[in-house]
Amino acid sequence: MKKGHIIGLGIIAIAIVIIMTSIGDASSYESFSTAWEMKQDGEDKAIHVVGQLKKDTSGEVTGLEINDDKTSFTFMLVDNEGTEQKVYYNEPVPADFQRSEQVVVIGSYRDKEIFVADKILMKCPSKYQETDVQAAGM
Amino acid sequence: MINTLVGNFGHLMTILAFVSALVTAYAYFQYFQANEIEKASWRRFSRISFYIHAVSTALIAASLFEIIYNHRYEYFYAYSHSSKALPVHYMISSFWEGQEGAFILWAFWNVVLGVILIHSNKFWEGPVMIVFSLVQAFLVSMILGVVIGDLKIGSSPFILLRDATQAPIFQMNPDFIPEDGTGLNPLLQNIWMVIHPPTLFLGYASTLIPFAFLIGGLVTKRYSEWIRPALPWAIFSAMILGMGIIMGAYWAYVTLNFGGYWNWDPVENAVYVPWLIMVAAIHTMITFKKSATALKTSIVLVILSFILVLYATFLVRSGVLGDASVHSFTDLGLSGQLLIYMLFFLVIAVFLAARAWKHIPTSEKEASVYSREFWIFLGAVTLGLMSFQVILPTSIPAWNALVESFGGISNMAPPADQIEFYTKFQLWFAVTIALLTAVGQFFWWQKMDKKALKEALVTPYIVSVLLSAGVIVLAKVYDWKYIIIVLAGMFTIVANSVILARILKKSTFKLAGGSLAHIGLGMILIGIMFSSGYSDVISINMSGLTYSNSWEDEMNKEHVLLWINKPTQMKDYTVVYRGRQKKVVGVPEYVPAKILESTGNVNEALALEDFKDYFKKGDKVNLVLEENDYFKIDYFQNEALKFSLAPMSQFNESMGGLISSPDSKIYLNKDLYTYVAAMNDYSDPDWKEDEVYEVSPGEQFHIADFVTYFDGAEVLKEIDGYQLQEGDVAVKAKLRVLDYDVEKPLEPTFIIRNNQIGKLPIIDTELGLKVSLENILPEQNKFVFKVNQYQKDYVVMKAIVKPYINVLWIGTIIMLMGFTVAIFRRFDEFVKMRDKGME
Repeated sequence: MKKGHIIGLGIIAIAIVIIMTSIGDASSYESFSTAWEMKQDGEDKAIHVVGQLKKDTSGEVTGLEINDDKTSFTFMLVDNEGTEQKVYYNEPVPADFQRSEQVVVIGSYRDKEIFVADKILMKCPSKYQETDVQAAGM
Repeated sequence: MINTLVGNFGHLMTILAFVSALVTAYAYFQYFQANEIEKASWRRFSRISFYIHAVSTALIAASLFEIIYNHRYEYFYAYSHSSKALPVHYMISSFWEGQEGAFILWAFWNVVLGVILIHSNKFWEGPVMIVFSLVQAFLVSMILGVVIGDLKIGSSPFILLRDATQAPIFQMNPDFIPEDGTGLNPLLQNIWMVIHPPTLFLGYASTLIPFAFLIGGLVTKRYSEWIRPALPWAIFSAMILGMGIIMGAYWAYVTLNFGGYWNWDPVENAVYVPWLIMVAAIHTMITFKKSATALKTSIVLVILSFILVLYATFLVRSGVLGDASVHSFTDLGLSGQLLIYMLFFLVIAVFLAARAWKHIPTSEKEASVYSREFWIFLGAVTLGLMSFQVILPTSIPAWNALVESFGGISNMAPPADQIEFYTKFQLWFAVTIALLTAVGQFFWWQKMDKKALKEALVTPYIVSVLLSAGVIVLAKVYDWKYIIIVLAGMFTIVANSVILARILKKSTFKLAGGSLAHIGLGMILIGIMFSSGYSDVISINMSGLTYSNSWEDEMNKEHVLLWINKPTQMKDYTVVYRGRQKKVVGVPEYVPAKILESTGNVNEALALEDFKDYFKKGDKVNLVLEENDYFKIDYFQNEALKFSLAPMSQFNESMGGLISSPDSKIYLNKDLYTYVAAMNDYSDPDWKEDEVYEVSPGEQFHIADFVTYFDGAEVLKEIDGYQLQEGDVAVKAKLRVLDYDVEKPLEPTFIIRNNQIGKLPIIDTELGLKVSLENILPEQNKFVFKVNQYQKDYVVMKAIVKPYINVLWIGTIIMLMGFTVAIFRRFDEFVKMRDKGME
């Protein structure tokens, strides 16, 4: 076998390893119900859940509880199927958290009561969509 | 009155730039095809057309800057990216905060590069400028803002606010102009954000040059000659892109608070990958110049680097990343246009390369293991695999979008822990690269066989092992993975230093580019290993108190809550939070926020007390960005104050709340990096119920947890801000509140006028107290105080020690120097050949 062939095979082998781990380590978007099923099946991989903060009738965020030492908090997230879930996050409350339109939590269930987020991504109302020019202008 | 002139002018220039780009492309095409007699006149016409394009592009930029500079908030762009309080250098950042401005910047750099190319090339002008003009046409179309039926081409930065929003005010008054803009994102209010985007876009723009030479070479069937003029530009491009990336990383380090300089975020990955490919391309191009191999590899890599820049732009700016990235880029509806832009050049390049493929010279003989070509090729392959490993998962959102556009469902998400995921591959690739550069450099400079190789490598090997052993022992590197990195990095540094010394002894500094860049690489590797691998969070709750007594206590708490004035233990330090500070124009140090009171004007405050020699009580002072609070954190060791840090926070309503920037104590061998993760909001305190105290002068009592002394009262002759009349009685009570080592005087006042009582309570936001003197009971010699509590001021902070981060920064500088040396050398070669009439 020529050296070129060995190198070629090596490249292909490494490329396959890369592809396999990319697929294997890729997370997935789930709802809380499928996430809980995964947890019961013994699957502990961190997954993404997209949802919105629970709000009361007047539009205020409810269910936000900040720990006494202010370094962690829990909140209620409603996923796209409408399932409500208490989520724990081991970080101080991000500043624009309550304003966010959409929250993506990345993490896994600890038990049925609590979903532990390792990371939170927020989509905030963009200033591009701001129609409230009046308030800013006056 | 609304000024529509400058906007219309800008829009007109955009259209002119677009049309002239197309005309230039056509004219250069004619020039390229024309016979000898007509060539000169076509060339003159093409150049004039390109200059018209160049001037109109510059005028687009000038018009947009005029709008920002003169605060023309009737324009959407100025309104949403700028504000009156911004200093001029941040207005420059405003210019490219929006995507339209970024496209203008990109097009502007292309124009500059195009002018340089026209004047530095003879033979290549025609084909290269055709590619340039077509790219310019695509870029300018992104800001064209033309709507034909349902088809929207480009997003214009010159639209008026009233056309961009549906705010009801415009129905009442179409000529309404907002008083002020919504401001620049505070995270971009940083000197690195003034220079990072232009650098990065110059890098983006310069990837076009090697690509344009390649296309020219393929079209004119000069399959190998394009390398010489393209090479200096390819190195230039890699250097500028690399510099842009490093500036971005440094900006993230000093401005963002994710605790580091690199996060493997899609936006970062999208520029990292084309850079790697460009670096690989440089190496194969240099190999080709020396030994006529690797031409096909070079062609593929040059095409890839250009297309990957367009792909990066597509990923970042089309909105396809959606919620996969922490960087928020709004979808301006340009995704289709960006996709066409990328596919257009991809198809053309692939077509031309495929057509020429079998005519491209290759060397038949297999490269020997003892040839430099072999080692360079391995290096290029490793860089290629490195890129592949990053771009594949980064493209997952694009993959989802693709599947969904065909009606499928894909719920794949990027890896949950990106840093861990990418590091486990990139680390080993980087180690491989480091080893290859060390060995490869020896092959580069001399003929090698088994024996010569052994002789050449044995000394650097022994020296680097000894040095590594020293580093490992002194810096306590005990993780086997990190030991390998130290070895690999050190081997590169030593081996390339040997080469460098030899080059300097035998010939000129001009040839030293390669070894310098590789020494930089070794240092970068070691610097990254230390600063990331051994980064140590020291802000761990050490009070021993548990708050919830549940499973949560097992989680690592990486933040610490600091109440004002309360000493808190943090690893080797005792830290105390001392309150908020502001920056005042003309004062070199921070000024406590409590002695400043806003006057209501932008960035202006009234001094409530004297401050050193800088200003007196009652002076009006100018603030540097009034929204910024700098939290004073004192660090003590052995009871002695070592230093203070001032991490910044800005409460910015329109940008969505709190925005923080870190502050670091920089030592030679480490950084202590701190940032504020949460703070007290005392703008609208929720006062607790009244507490009433009856106290005699001289008595000591407790307000909440504070020991308080009532030193007595004083009858006032005059009060600030109140006109006392005949018969009025004003009494000021003197309280001293003790909070740890701080003693605060609180002096509420009580006024009697015509049997009516007026009270002037004192609010202390730092202690979270409101105290008023309610009544005086002369017969009992008692004073009645009413106290309401809120909460003491606090910050939640994170502090991380990053060892040897300076090795990383120095390494990047050395690497960039290496690139620079190489650019000069290769450009020199090109100029010599050109002047001989060879190209």
